[in-house]
Amino acid sequence: MRTAWRTADARLVRDILAIAAACCVIGVSFGAIAVASGLPAWAVVTMSVLVFAGGAQFMAVGMLAAGNPLAAVLGGLLLNARHLPFGLVVADAIGPSWRARLVGSHLMVDEAVAFALAQDSPERRRAAYWLTGGVLFVAWNSGTLAGIALGEAAGDPARYGLDAAFPAGLVALILPSLRDPTTRRAVLAGAAVAVLAAPFLPAGVPVLLAVFGVVLALPARKEVDA
Amino acid sequence: MLLAVILVLAAGTYAFRLAGVALRDRIQLPDRVRQLLPIGAACLLAALAATAALTDAGRFVGVSRPAGVLVGVVLAWRRAPFVVVVVAAAATAAGLRLLGVP
Repeated sequence: MRTAWRTADARLVRDILAIAAACCVIGVSFGAIAVASGLPAWAVVTMSVLVFAGGAQFMAVGMLAAGNPLAAVLGGLLLNARHLPFGLVVADAIGPSWRARLVGSHLMVDEAVAFALAQDSPERRRAAYWLTGGVLFVAWNSGTLAGIALGEAAGDPARYGLDAAFPAGLVALILPSLRDPTTRRAVLAGAAVAVLAAPFLPAGVPVLLAVFGVVLALPARKEVDA
Repeated sequence: MLLAVILVLAAGTYAFRLAGVALRDRIQLPDRVRQLLPIGAACLLAALAATAALTDAGRFVGVSRPAGVLVGVVLAWRRAPFVVVVVAAAATAAGLRLLGVP
């Protein structure tokens, strides 16, 4: 982490802190909603520290409140399956040592992957991954604690428009890669598939289907009879 | 029971995260496939953004959230700073809701 701070410039740090602030507020609402739905505080804290995946945690709390623990596990895992392909991509940014891999894997959140991919050198990719993952881990867990303390007073993050902030942030991070026409074709197709599938498939599956967008990035087969 | 749910979800999530990282060295990927990896990740992230912008639990959401995201995307396209993109997207969605837009 210390080297990461030195490699990152002020702009990268500022960008990460912006997304961390939003993440912290959503953590507050997670903590509040989770205790309001009847989970004991220790369970909410344990979940935020050990699972560290917002979408899956909200889903798990909802399913537990509905009395369906099996769906809480399966639904959460389906949402998190995307981390496997993410790991293939950010393995180099995490680092070669096993200690780095064991710790760094736990910090793998969407924003860490997006920030890492948006950098132009291996050093900056590594700095961006570790900083984003580490800062978001602190933001998410301190937010959760605050939410547990605040309870009902925390309110709904949609009131502050934070539900729009995250998708916009992700798009801003992948936008530079879309200047390449091949990537753009694949990404637009993948996103379209996911949105069209969303009403029909369980949460998490539509996003996984988007990976088939890479089919459009495959090099065109040579024409035999030209 | 509650603890079991949390631990299984945590272990499964960590396994997904570590599996990709650990597999990276174990499998020899042809160059062509290696070049496709970042594109695949971009596809996943874009799909995540698109579904989060437009849908909630499998249903299409109201106007405020997509409008906020759209403002953010346009600003990002015009190369506005990242912080401006995020704040403008949130402010637009929050403002529209304040006006009673769903």
